[in-house]
Amino acid sequence: MTADASRGAQAPPELVQLLTPEGERVEHPDYDIDLTPEEVRSLYRDLALVRRVDLEAVALQRQGELGIWASLLGQEAAQIGSGRALTDADMAFPTYREHGVAWCRDVDPLKLLGLFRGVNHGGWDPKEHNFHLYTIVIGSQTLHAVGYAMGIQRDDATAATIAYFGDGATSQGDVNEAFIWASVFNAPIVFFCQNNQWAISEPLERQTRIPLYRRASGFGFPGVRVDGNDVFACLAVTRQALKNAREGQGPTLVEAYTYRMGAHTTTDDPTRYRVASELEAWKLKDPIERVKAYLFKNEHADQAFFDSIDAEADQLGADLRRRCLAMPDPRPLDIFDHVYSEPHPLIDEERAQFAAYLEGFES
Amino acid sequence: MTVMSLSKALNEGMRKAMEDDPKVLIMGEDVGKLGGVFRVTDGLQKDFGEDRVIDTPLAESGIIGTAIGLALRGYRPVCEIQFDGFVFPAADQIITQLAKMPMRSLGAIKLPVVVRIPCGGGIGAVEHHSESPEAYFTHTAGLRVVACSNPADAYSMIQQAIRSDDPVVFFEPKRRYWEKADIDTSTGDWWTPFDKGRVVRPGTDATLIAYGPMVKTCLEAATAAEDDGRSLEVIDLRSLNPLDQPLVMESASRTGRVVVVHEAPVNNGFGAELAARITERCFYRLEAPVLRVGGFSTPYPPSKLEEHYLPDLDRVLDAVDRAFGY
Ligand SMILES: Cc1ncc(C[n+]2csc(CCOP(=O)(O)OP(=O)(O)O)c2C)c(N)n1
Ligand SMILES: [Mg+2]
Repeated sequence: MTADASRGAQAPPELVQLLTPEGERVEHPDYDIDLTPEEVRSLYRDLALVRRVDLEAVALQRQGELGIWASLLGQEAAQIGSGRALTDADMAFPTYREHGVAWCRDVDPLKLLGLFRGVNHGGWDPKEHNFHLYTIVIGSQTLHAVGYAMGIQRDDATAATIAYFGDGATSQGDVNEAFIWASVFNAPIVFFCQNNQWAISEPLERQTRIPLYRRASGFGFPGVRVDGNDVFACLAVTRQALKNAREGQGPTLVEAYTYRMGAHTTTDDPTRYRVASELEAWKLKDPIERVKAYLFKNEHADQAFFDSIDAEADQLGADLRRRCLAMPDPRPLDIFDHVYSEPHPLIDEERAQFAAYLEGFES
Repeated sequence: MTVMSLSKALNEGMRKAMEDDPKVLIMGEDVGKLGGVFRVTDGLQKDFGEDRVIDTPLAESGIIGTAIGLALRGYRPVCEIQFDGFVFPAADQIITQLAKMPMRSLGAIKLPVVVRIPCGGGIGAVEHHSESPEAYFTHTAGLRVVACSNPADAYSMIQQAIRSDDPVVFFEPKRRYWEKADIDTSTGDWWTPFDKGRVVRPGTDATLIAYGPMVKTCLEAATAAEDDGRSLEVIDLRSLNPLDQPLVMESASRTGRVVVVHEAPVNNGFGAELAARITERCFYRLEAPVLRVGGFSTPYPPSKLEEHYLPDLDRVLDAVDRAFGY
């Protein structure tokens, strides 16, 4: 009683790829990208540094400094490629795993740790970065992104929104409603689905019988599947989709075909539901290694460059750790802050009561 | 007698129900191979197959909506909502359909659907993983709403919930999943009906009423109060709808002082219903107004602050003190 869809490390024919896992530049009839060596080195730096932030966060969780962490391991190219395609005026709506996109939007990684450390529920001002708060409830943010895009339309602004979500999220009613709204109102939005093959323990076949990008046609807008481990292709495809959105051509669904190389979160144990060989196959398609190979092969970077990035990553990791440990705990009365934008008598009453109660312990 | 954790007790209870009735199905996100994020359905798919233990697509409205359809076809679906905060996408199906369809059919339709919800805080989780949404469901007529507090009840109540011809919203105190107790699985003679409450510690001076995760907290408070020379009775409500009014009123009339404790916000929480009913029925027997201890009128805070938000022994005893101050 189960539909079987093909899945795995084999790149399907419809995949947009510009850089092979071996680091070879390849052509695609519809997409191209012209990057200077400097730009490629910069992308490499992004990829390497966000992986390092992620590793440090996993380590901090293991040591009890974070409650939980959702690792982006394996999805760096999808996030950096799409994140670097954004202009300052574009607005991004992330899930809880978009640490690489946050990096591109200049959100201090420490701010991401705050949420997972349990210091706050968000902690950055979305307007300051045009990067919305993380959303944990699967799929909700896709509707917010469409609404925001409808606002852009009404403001006659030259900008687009991008909504991030996973393969599992495509089953949610909210996501399907977002597709319908975006389509009907021709909203300037890119739906960026990172198909990392898994929704916790459930493989893609539990969510779909057809490749996800093909769902778009049923909703009336284009869909494209891109090699999610190819930062060039992710950049090129997202850039084009955003441009189309800004120019009034409406939504695009981008399915970034990738792999969740780590556990779902630090509390998850993937050995219970997937075979190790799958990970091994995907390791050969590592998003960072192929850029490194490309840079080496074309002599756009030497060992000294890679060493300097490693040193920068070490520095970043150490600095992040230090600042994480120094993060002040919230104060008990903070519980009552910002619940409403305007004064609220019940909140005031409870705050005062709780303050008095706490004082009782001091005396 | 077998020693079991609360989560294992639920697992064994569901296993028993599945053995007894081939129409019982398990459905939800990650309930199959993974056995659920709390392992409550561990091993069930292996033993009963993918047709009876169904890993569903990631959509809560879909889980409950299709469970209703399966129930219309004679099945008895037991749905797992992965965390309390994720029941809301299914709220429409639960409130507008599941709760009302039997009545609309003039009794022709029965919907024996169980909606299992791990609830409450105290595990250091991120947003939406520590909620206590029971009042939304007790406010909805047509749903039985129960909460287990210990392994033995978990084992018996889940089986009774599955056997019930009514839809049941079944709350599981997630921070108590790992607590263990001895359970007699050989007979059902010891089972308390799942729509009845129970006095879990007799006392004479005041009554603490709780359910789910707060029962343990109240028992600890009662032990501590003993040192102050106060004898506190603790009631584990077990069922919120229906409410075991005779049990509650008898205790309230006898002790004259009642403190209701739950994790959910006090404001418009289930304690408000209890306080009102006790006041209506026992007004002349009360020495003090019914007091409530619970969450603040704020969203559930980040985990570094949850110890302040959640009622603990001190907050319960503080309320008891106030009850004696009248
Ligand atoms: C509405 C809702 N239901 C359930 C969950 C629990 N949950 C958290 S992540 C997840 C799987 C998400 O899979 P996918 O959309 O593929 O994203 P990924 O985690 O793979 O990045 C689930 C079921 C949730 N956060 N929200
Ligand atoms: Mg996924």
